[in-house]
Parts: sequence; C-alpha cells; structure tokens
Amino acid sequence: MDLLSNLALGFATAASPANLLFCLIGVILGTLIGVLPGIGATATIAMLLPITFQLEPVSSLIMLAGIYYGAQYGGSTTAILINMPGESSSAVTAIDGYQMARRGKAGTALAVAALGSFFAGSVATLLVALFAPPLTTVALKFGAAEYFSLMVLGLVCAVALAHGSFLKALAMVVLGLLLGLAGTDIYTGAPRFTLGLPELADGFNFVALAVGVFGIAEILRNLEGSQGSREVLGQRLGGLFPSRADLRAMVAPMLRGTMLGSILGVLPGGGAILASFGSYTIEKRLSATPEEFGRGAIAGVAGPESANNAGAQTSFIPLLTLGIPANPVMALMVGAMIIQGIVPGPNVATEQPDLFWGIIASMWIGNLMLIVLNLPLIGIWVKLLKVPYHILFPIIIAFSSIGVYSVKGNAFDLFAVAAFGLLGYVFLKLRCEPAPLLLGFVLGPLLEENLRRAMILGRGDPSVFLTRPISAALLALTLGVIAVMLMPRIRRKREEVFVAED
Amino acid sequence: MRDRTFDPTDVAAGVIFILLGLAFGFSALGLEIGTSLRMGPGYAPLVLAGVLTLLGVLILASGLRSHPDEAIGPLAWRGAAFLLPAPILFGLTVRGLGFVPALFLATLLAAFASPRMKPWQALALAVTVTAFSTIVFSYALGLPFRRFGPWLAQ
Repeated sequence: MDLLSNLALGFATAASPANLLFCLIGVILGTLIGVLPGIGATATIAMLLPITFQLEPVSSLIMLAGIYYGAQYGGSTTAILINMPGESSSAVTAIDGYQMARRGKAGTALAVAALGSFFAGSVATLLVALFAPPLTTVALKFGAAEYFSLMVLGLVCAVALAHGSFLKALAMVVLGLLLGLAGTDIYTGAPRFTLGLPELADGFNFVALAVGVFGIAEILRNLEGSQGSREVLGQRLGGLFPSRADLRAMVAPMLRGTMLGSILGVLPGGGAILASFGSYTIEKRLSATPEEFGRGAIAGVAGPESANNAGAQTSFIPLLTLGIPANPVMALMVGAMIIQGIVPGPNVATEQPDLFWGIIASMWIGNLMLIVLNLPLIGIWVKLLKVPYHILFPIIIAFSSIGVYSVKGNAFDLFAVAAFGLLGYVFLKLRCEPAPLLLGFVLGPLLEENLRRAMILGRGDPSVFLTRPISAALLALTLGVIAVMLMPRIRRKREEVFVAED
Repeated sequence: MRDRTFDPTDVAAGVIFILLGLAFGFSALGLEIGTSLRMGPGYAPLVLAGVLTLLGVLILASGLRSHPDEAIGPLAWRGAAFLLPAPILFGLTVRGLGFVPALFLATLLAAFASPRMKPWQALALAVTVTAFSTIVFSYALGLPFRRFGPWLAQ
C-alpha cells in the first residue's frame, strides 16, 4: 500500500533530530502566543517568516505549522483560566470552560480540551494523509480556467465566513486584490501602482503587510483603554484527570466536533473559527440537558475544541494539493514556500514527497508534543499569563522590525509596516475584517495571471469558464455559496424588521 | 446615540473605500487596458478599482440609512504616536547607527506607547531586548546586520 510507504517516508523525515527540534520549537512558540493575549498566530508567523529562510524548507514549514496548531491549544488555556480567548477560534471554549474553572474543575476542563484537541488532531492528520494524494491527481488536471474559478470560490467563501458586514468583507477582498497587483506587470513589464518608488517594483512586501495589518493594528487596539487586570484562576486547578463520567460525556461531542471541523477546515476563510461555533450550536441542540450549556457543560468544551483543532489540520489540504491558501495563516505558508523556492501546488507531492509527507507526519508528532506540553506543564503557562501586556508589546514591535527588515534588508518595508499598521487599525475601528484583505493580497496576482492566461487560451471567449466541466462546477458551487449566504441574511433582516415593529 | 440617524463607522468605511477605489482607478488609467483577449496591465486594476468604488458607495449608502449599533470607542492616540514611529525609526537608523543602537532606540520608543510603562522599566526592557536579539539574530542565526554602523565610526 502506497499510503504506508509514504507515511513511513514522512515519519522518517519528520523524526530527524533537527526536524523534531524545529517541530518542538514551533509548538512551544505556538502555545506561548496562544496563551499570551493580544498576539495571534498570523502576526507571529509573519514575524518569524524571514528568520526561517535560513532553515531547510522542510524544517521551516514544520516549525511554522507547529506554531499554527500550537496556538489553537494555547488559546484554549487562556479561554478556560481567565475567560479570555488567546485565539479567536477558542472564543467558544471560554463560555463553558471558564464556568467549569469557576466551579473548581479547571483541571478537568483543560484536560478535556487537550484530549479533544489531540484526538481531533490525530484524526484530521490521517484525513489529510488519505485525501491529499487523490486530490493532487485531480488538481494536476487543472488549467488556468479551473484555477481562476477555484480562487473565485475561495474568495467568496472567505467573504461568506468573515464576521460582520458582507459588503465590507467584499470591499476588503477587492482592496487586497488591488494591493496584490502593485508592482511590475508580469506580461508587459509595466510598473503598476508603484508611485514612482523603485522599492515597489516587486510590489508591497507581504510580510510588512501581514505584520502591519495583523500585528501592529492589534497592539494598538489593545492599547486603547485602561487595561483591566486579569484575574487568573490558576491557584487551584483541581484534578487534572477527568473522571469516568466526564470521559463518557466527552466522547460523542469529540467525535462530532472532529467530523464537523475536518469538513469546515477545508473551506477557505476562517474554517476553524466557524467549526468551533458550529460544534457548540450542534452540541447544545443535541444535548439532553441544554440548560447546562453556559454553566460548565463538558460537551461545550470537548466539541468546539475538537472542531477547531481538526479544522486547523485539514486547512492544510487546499494548500498542499492546490497551493491555494484557506486562511491567512495558510497564505503565509504559501509565502514561506515561494521564498524557499517551492511552487505550492499539486506538484509538491510528486516532486518533493519528503517535504509533503514530512509536514503531514510532523503534525501528528506535534500534536503528541502538545499534549505533553499542555497537561503536565500547565503550571508554567499559567505563570506566563501574569506577564503584563505593557512589557509584552515593545518586545513584539522589536521582533517585528527585525523580521521585516531581514526579508530584503530594505528600510522602506519598515515604513510600510507603520503605514499598514495605521491602515489596519483604522479598518479595525470601522469593523472591517483584515483576513479577507490578506487573502486577496496573496491571491490577486495569481487570479489575474490565470484570468489572462485562460482568456488567451480561450481566444478571448469568456465561455471557457463554463465549458470546462471542473471550472463550471466550481463556479456553480460559488453561486451556491452566495445563495446560502444570502438566505439567512434575508431571514435575519426580516427578524430585525419584526423586532422594530413590536 | 438614538438621535444620530447614520452609522459613522459605515459612512467612514464607505468614504475610505471610495477614495481608495478612485485613487487606484485613476492610477490604472495611465496603463494600457488591452482587450478581453489580450488583457493589458491596466485591465484587472481598472475593473477592480471600479468594483471597490461601487462597494464603497453601497457601504456609504447603507451607513446613511442605519443607526449606529455600537460606539467606536476610545482611540489609541498615545499608542499610535509612539508605536507607529518605532519601526520607522528602526528603518532610518539601522544602516547608519547599526543594528544594536537602532533596535535599542526603536524598542525604547515603542515602550512609551503604554502609560503604565515607567521610564526605568522601559530602559531595562530595551536593554534586555537588544541584548537578547543581538545574541539570537546576529550571533546565533547569523543574519547579515552591521552591529554598529558608520555613523558611530568616528
């Protein structure tokens, strides 16, 4: 069986001492930033991206992946202990996890979250291993038209899953696409949107944009008001190990959460977040005691935690098979691959099997490391929660500056960080999500290139997008997403009208 | 807030998107548009700029028709005043002064973005961060920075 030999190759790659070390560094960093509020996985990976250029491609991607799923674990720790989700996807965990902690069952809540995450991570990794290769064969049949349609689907999904206003999310995608087009036109060499600056000949620096819009903007938001002191419920964690009854209560939600998360993770745009919210809703509806939810229900921790971790793993599927990022973190991974000289896409699996399978195997190893890091060592992370924010953010600024500068040794990129930081903060205040902007920025040049190529191949006839079956199916799916997206909106609008009339 | 008849966040967002759309569109006019068969460098930018402007108009319109649902909240003036210049300062001085002094100054500047930071704390933090980064990034990872630049050579 091919899968076994491939997995063997993967584990051989991932288990080399150097890669084990980078995986460990990745998951420790991930847990750290997950625990520390006010700094997310996207900003951290953006900051560390330049530093990984010195590493082997496999090692750097293993480490970056570790940061990402490590942050999902760490985020739940703060959600449970201080009712403050370190990552947006663990916001749901805070609802019942914190209530469990207040009842003196913090240890159980942490254990349930960690075990659920580990189970979901393992299953989802297996799913990636099972489904990525066949999808790769499909992806090899993709031409320019299919890629274009797929990216349109991806961007529409990103808009559909963004919080808040649909129009604003759409505008952010379009703005991202425009920013992505800046630089030298690949066909004619004409400079576009460069403002006459030679530094913009290669376009805006991706790392500068990500650090500014996600990192700096978020710090500014945290600096807004009086920072209330955080109450840490770490004094007595209670027993770590769940009782038999607790274990029995968590099995079914864990399985359902894993399934839901695995499916939603593949979709572009914040799959992990949607998965945890979706799982919470499902568990509440299926529960025999729905009134327990919000007062410390185990299912309310086990389900969403499994769902967000499964989603984090399966969001690697579109990246590894198509080279299309499903969320901002995956967009950064695309950036990391390109800078390492790897063209993300279906060819990675055949041309660099050790890289492809090494990353997959490392995810399982990383999940194993995380459960060790999180359960016995929980005390250390709890202490870290007491680091005040005003000590933290100058360190983040310093590392960001170093990270951005080391990409090209270019002072202009640092000015861009400040500009994008301001822009990102303004957009945050105006309740415009930055995630669609970053996805648009990454996909902009790809989208345009494939559009132009498809039109040339189709001799200027736009029906090429509809006559090729895969492309037509993808566009039909896009329309379906738009239709679904509009339906509940119409319903909600109606409800608002009803409320207003009362 | 009931007396306001428009949502200031939507209105502001709409205006910003319109301005950005017009700026991109104006800039794209100078580029060759081409035909749909052979699209020139200006084709996609012009279409996208048009869409962005249109979305801006729609957001503005919906903002004018709705009530504000949430206050904008306090603004991080002090944060912005100290934080945003920090990477700029680093960029301006990293070549001339070198990595070590540039990082020290940038961290020190950023530290004052929070009113809770006491001067001696900021100084200690900047020294620690600079020392740590110099050891990790310059010595251990071997990033090609000049630790002390030509401005200090005299």
